[in-house]
Amino acid sequence: MVPITLTVNGVKHALEVEPRWLLADVLRDELHLTGTHLGCEQGVCGACTVLLDGRPARSCLTLAVTASGCEITTVEGLAKDGVLHPVQEAFWQEHALQCGFCTPGFLMTAAHFLENNPNPTRSAIREALSGNLCRCTGYQHIVNAVERAATIIREGDSHAISQD
Amino acid sequence: MKPPAFQYYQPHTLDEALQLLSEHGDAKILAGGQSLIPMMNMRLAHPDVLIDINGLTELTHIKETDQGLAIGALVRHYQLEQHPLIQRKVPLVAEAEHLIGHPAIRSRGTIGGSLSHADPAAELPVLATLFDWELVVSSAAAERTIPAREFFLSYFITALAPDEMVTGVRTPSHAHAGAHITEYAVRAGDFALAIAAASIVLNASDTIQSARIALGGVADIPWRDPDFEASLQGQSPSPSLWREVGQHIKEAIDPTDDLHASADYRRQLAQTLVEKALAGALERAKLAEMKGRQA
Ligand SMILES: Cc1cc2nc3c(=O)[nH]c(=O)nc-3n(C[C@H](O)[C@H](O)[C@H](O)COP(=O)(O)OP(=O)(O)OC[C@H]3O[C@@H](n4cnc5c(N)ncnc54)[C@H](O)[C@@H]3O)c2cc1C
Ligand code: FES
Ligand code: FES
Repeated sequence: MVPITLTVNGVKHALEVEPRWLLADVLRDELHLTGTHLGCEQGVCGACTVLLDGRPARSCLTLAVTASGCEITTVEGLAKDGVLHPVQEAFWQEHALQCGFCTPGFLMTAAHFLENNPNPTRSAIREALSGNLCRCTGYQHIVNAVERAATIIREGDSHAISQD
Repeated sequence: MKPPAFQYYQPHTLDEALQLLSEHGDAKILAGGQSLIPMMNMRLAHPDVLIDINGLTELTHIKETDQGLAIGALVRHYQLEQHPLIQRKVPLVAEAEHLIGHPAIRSRGTIGGSLSHADPAAELPVLATLFDWELVVSSAAAERTIPAREFFLSYFITALAPDEMVTGVRTPSHAHAGAHITEYAVRAGDFALAIAAASIVLNASDTIQSARIALGGVADIPWRDPDFEASLQGQSPSPSLWREVGQHIKEAIDPTDDLHASADYRRQLAQTLVEKALAGALERAKLAEMKGRQA
């Protein structure tokens, strides 16, 4: 076992892990953050996507030991003080999930994408989401939701500015 | 679908990593993990020893040189996509990065890993072949450089000795101005069925001073034929010449059937992509020449 530290959703954890443990399994089994899902475990489906030092990464393709010292955000860290993240709010409003298995990965991918692309076209959204698979929705509602989330974020920003 | 157990080392310096490599015969380097970890999860790879190089900050540089750039092996795909020096000096690399996997893959995967993995359908090996990159390779005993066209030996096989690792690459910026890359993948971010990249430098008379063409996904290593390229020197670029080139390459390559596409289909793709890459490269070469004249 190897000692590591992980800062997950702002909370620092000191852990002992086997080198072969995947970050996804440590999040789920050791920290009981089961919002991060495992689908394919080969990098294709995107269900396990988390933010690693602020960038999206596959937690099924990252050893927990390699991530030691990093900041990690999981789907549990998106909502702040009981208020849903705009992407979560928009997925809810647009019915962008059915079984919900793929949803955490889509939320993390979309949240990061919108940080850098506040006003995306539909085709840019589709491309940004191309690394996440959904077996239920047919994707249309997910694209709608990301479009709506962009609007929510932009309006939130202009609201903040007009209050200044 | 979990990796089998292995002995794990996290060296803090390159020397330490090279020492570990020389001591352990069945050691594997772990860089971004975007190819190695899936193979370990599926138990297709089961290294006894894993040397995790993610802590080697000495391999994260992007520096200007006389000829172009020196890039550390641990530079990640997203940095190649976004770094101003890459965009300015070797713009085709930044452009190709956009075709590699998805943002989450590009966050982690590295240039050294991508080249060492030597997937013939990967974009960076094609560019390395097109632009004659030099791979800087070290063992505990010595450092050497290997030209890209001598580095790739077959599917997933390179000229690296077991105790060697790639520490960086040298990329000339020459011929980047008139270059283009294009590919066909079933979905955005998938590995391409075929890739074509081309670069053209024009003479003052607008004839071809030099042309290069490299393909991915059509052989066990990236494909290039300098003798054929030489036959294009002095010719006037035109759509009909590109058609001839596409036709020639379609006959010259020898792709295999696999799950994703038949050999015949790959030939057709290669032909179309070569024509597109050359047309795109020519357009940029002309633009570059105009800018050169104005300057
Ligand atoms: C879903 C998905 C889609 C992808 N799509 C594409 C794509 O479209 N195009 C593409 O090109 N790639 C694609 N990739 C692969 C990606 O580019 C990888 O980043 C790359 O192939 C390997 O780089 P890495 O740093 O992750 O290497 P690792 O996975 O860490 O290592 C790969 C191999 O290289 C060896 N190695 C690593 N670094 C060194 C070094 N410095 N010296 C010697 N040996 C070394 C390792 O021992 C291992 O054998 C995709 C991956 C996934 C999971
Ligand atoms: S579980 Fe990680 S990408 Fe599918
Ligand atoms: S909602 Fe079921 S997989 Fe996407």
